[in-house]
Amino acid sequence: MLKTFPKGGIHPPENKITAEKRIRRMTVPKVVYVPIAQHIGIPSEIIVEKKDKVEIGQVIAKSGGFVSSNIHSPVAGIVTKLDMIIDTSGYKKQCIVIRTDVKNESNFEEKDYPLKSQIDMAPKAILQRISDFGIVGLGGATFPSHVKLNVKEGVKLDCLLINGVECEPYLTADHRLMLEKADEIVVGIKILLVALNINKAIIGIENNKKDAIKLFKELTKNESNIQVAALQVKYPQGGEKQLVKAILGREVPKNGLPLDVGVIVHNVGTIFAIYEAVQYNKPLTERVVTVTGKKLENPSNFWVKIGTPITDLVTEVGGLPEGTRKLVNGGPMMGKAIKNTDVPVTKGTSGILVISEEEASRGEAKNCIRCGECVFVCPMGLEPHLLMNLTEKGFYEKASNEDIMTCIECGSCSYVCPSHRPLLDYIRFGKNIVKKLQTAKN
Amino acid sequence: MSTQPIIISASPHVHSDRTSKKLMYDVVIALIPAFLVSLYVFGIRAFIVTAVAIISCLLFEYLIQKYLMKTKVTIGDGSALLTGILLAFNLPSGLPIWMIVIGSLVAIGIAKLSFGGLGFNIFNPALVGRVFLLVSFPVQMTMWPTAVENNTTIADAVTGATPLGVIKEGLMFGDTMSTIATKIPSTVELFLGLTGGSIGEMSALALLIGGVYLIVRKVITWHIPITMLVTMAVMTGIFWMVNPEQYANPLIHILSGGALLGAFFMATDLVTSPVTKKGMIVFAIGIAVITVVIRLFGAYPEGVSFAILIMNAFVPLINTYFKPRRFGSKIKSKIV
Repeated sequence: MLKTFPKGGIHPPENKITAEKRIRRMTVPKVVYVPIAQHIGIPSEIIVEKKDKVEIGQVIAKSGGFVSSNIHSPVAGIVTKLDMIIDTSGYKKQCIVIRTDVKNESNFEEKDYPLKSQIDMAPKAILQRISDFGIVGLGGATFPSHVKLNVKEGVKLDCLLINGVECEPYLTADHRLMLEKADEIVVGIKILLVALNINKAIIGIENNKKDAIKLFKELTKNESNIQVAALQVKYPQGGEKQLVKAILGREVPKNGLPLDVGVIVHNVGTIFAIYEAVQYNKPLTERVVTVTGKKLENPSNFWVKIGTPITDLVTEVGGLPEGTRKLVNGGPMMGKAIKNTDVPVTKGTSGILVISEEEASRGEAKNCIRCGECVFVCPMGLEPHLLMNLTEKGFYEKASNEDIMTCIECGSCSYVCPSHRPLLDYIRFGKNIVKKLQTAKN
Repeated sequence: MSTQPIIISASPHVHSDRTSKKLMYDVVIALIPAFLVSLYVFGIRAFIVTAVAIISCLLFEYLIQKYLMKTKVTIGDGSALLTGILLAFNLPSGLPIWMIVIGSLVAIGIAKLSFGGLGFNIFNPALVGRVFLLVSFPVQMTMWPTAVENNTTIADAVTGATPLGVIKEGLMFGDTMSTIATKIPSTVELFLGLTGGSIGEMSALALLIGGVYLIVRKVITWHIPITMLVTMAVMTGIFWMVNPEQYANPLIHILSGGALLGAFFMATDLVTSPVTKKGMIVFAIGIAVITVVIRLFGAYPEGVSFAILIMNAFVPLINTYFKPRRFGSKIKSKIV
């Protein structure tokens, strides 16, 4: 029996059309747009000025507080502007615009370093490195990694989970990375085990990536402290709480963190970034992005420099097809719709999904027929139909009592609703108001 | 770049292909086997009753929505169609047409639309229509044309009581089960549906086929029908074992009196049943207990309709008290 989380979940069509496509290196863009708010937490502070010359990997915006992160220049070039541009959130955000110096060879070096498995750094130094080199969670949440790894004195921690689930349909960035950088990821895991001073790590991979499961089982055959867990294919298994429950059977308490049950979860992409930072002094300036969509000429996986305009990626796969109605930054379940391709790739961009007319249109919302489907699929044990109803009518206090704040916004409820009700839209709205009310109260 | 604008909306950006309309039509498909049996048993009368019920339900929904409520007409969503079929399935095949029309008006007009339409009704519309007719026209509603093979005439057929009616009457007059047993159809006949009764309730086999279809298509879950039938079997079984001469055996109770129609098609009505699985089990146990109490100790030989309607009223309460367990609300797991 394959492991999975017990309550709720859905299985949308996987559509992993780029699973067989090797990650290609994207051409270095002429201009990069680096937003200063690429992570959860406080935006970074810009420390360069217009006309400054910057080197590749140089810090151009420094961490603005504890829950924040450094941002490094993805290219060598000249800062042409400090501007406000619309980023993937849809809002105007401050951004550093850098023109790539085409004569600087460091921009075009092939970056496939040989495997380096010797770990020389001390735990403290590793954690400092992760913090300095701007590593954030690359699964999509972009939570600064050093904050997650900062385990306070006395907190019991015994297991590191590596998230290789990639339960979002269409996306294959993590899958490809696992296949192509497996050795490096294993070293990355060992680095974290050293840093955290624990001796148990489990890699969770869904069973639709049998090749990756096999590869990691092979690689970790002789590693007593690294295991591989094959998981049943079910969305949203990549959610931290669901993953911890699926692999270890431990349930993260309401409003709690995996650390409350002795676990830290990191995405495979993050592990690879940590490997590069620790072993090769390479800050986080590029990531794997899946550019996909059923109508695209050549959907692909790319190594992309942070700040590359999405237009460049779309051009690379053959341009936007006729009848494109939606562009999504991320996967179809949790990704954000973007207005045009002018926005840049940030640390959290795991994929660009191009959706055509047929898939994009939402059905007309009808009356709730109380079928209970949303209740069955909610992985958090909530009642989405009730939360929507309460929010619609303005009963925020009640919605709060019904645990609206524990919603992980996976969208399973909206996905299954046979009446096409915008359940998650209302729940998000309700969460926002409840949060404001709570802040006002305190 | 396409000429049409790019849509911005919140996630999720994909949707399963389930729609409420498809769910309704799946139920309609599931009812086809039972309808075919009733055509075989009651002939053209079964067709007429069903057709009248469907047409009047659709017509009343159209008229009321268009001229009274002045809202969008939703007769295409399959819900009124289903109400019509289910109402017909709960009527005797000899019922006068004008009564069927009144039943449809009550079902659609009072039970459904006066509550606000699809999704807002508390009681199962078809059952409200049926019970209204039962208490208003008790004589006609309990005149059951007996099964006549290949009956194609509209002429009045011979009428007789349903198996449960025979048992109730017999027991009232002091007969024992062993003497009554000779007057009612055998278990096999009950299973196949070659007996008297409402149009859709007779053939256990056909209803089971439909029920399995609904479960396979994930329109309903097993919770309500199985819990209800098992509870009924256990309760009637206890009485039967205590005194087999005074109480009919569980098999007769389950195979007759609309228990299967109720369990698979009426109690599982999405709108009027609980939304959680725990709630569904409570709801189904309630229906079974009330049904058995009515059948064994009440004045009516059958009780499924009343039981479902009574439990319908408890659904909001059940939904309030039987909630899914919130993730992380009780921490069982400890750090090892």
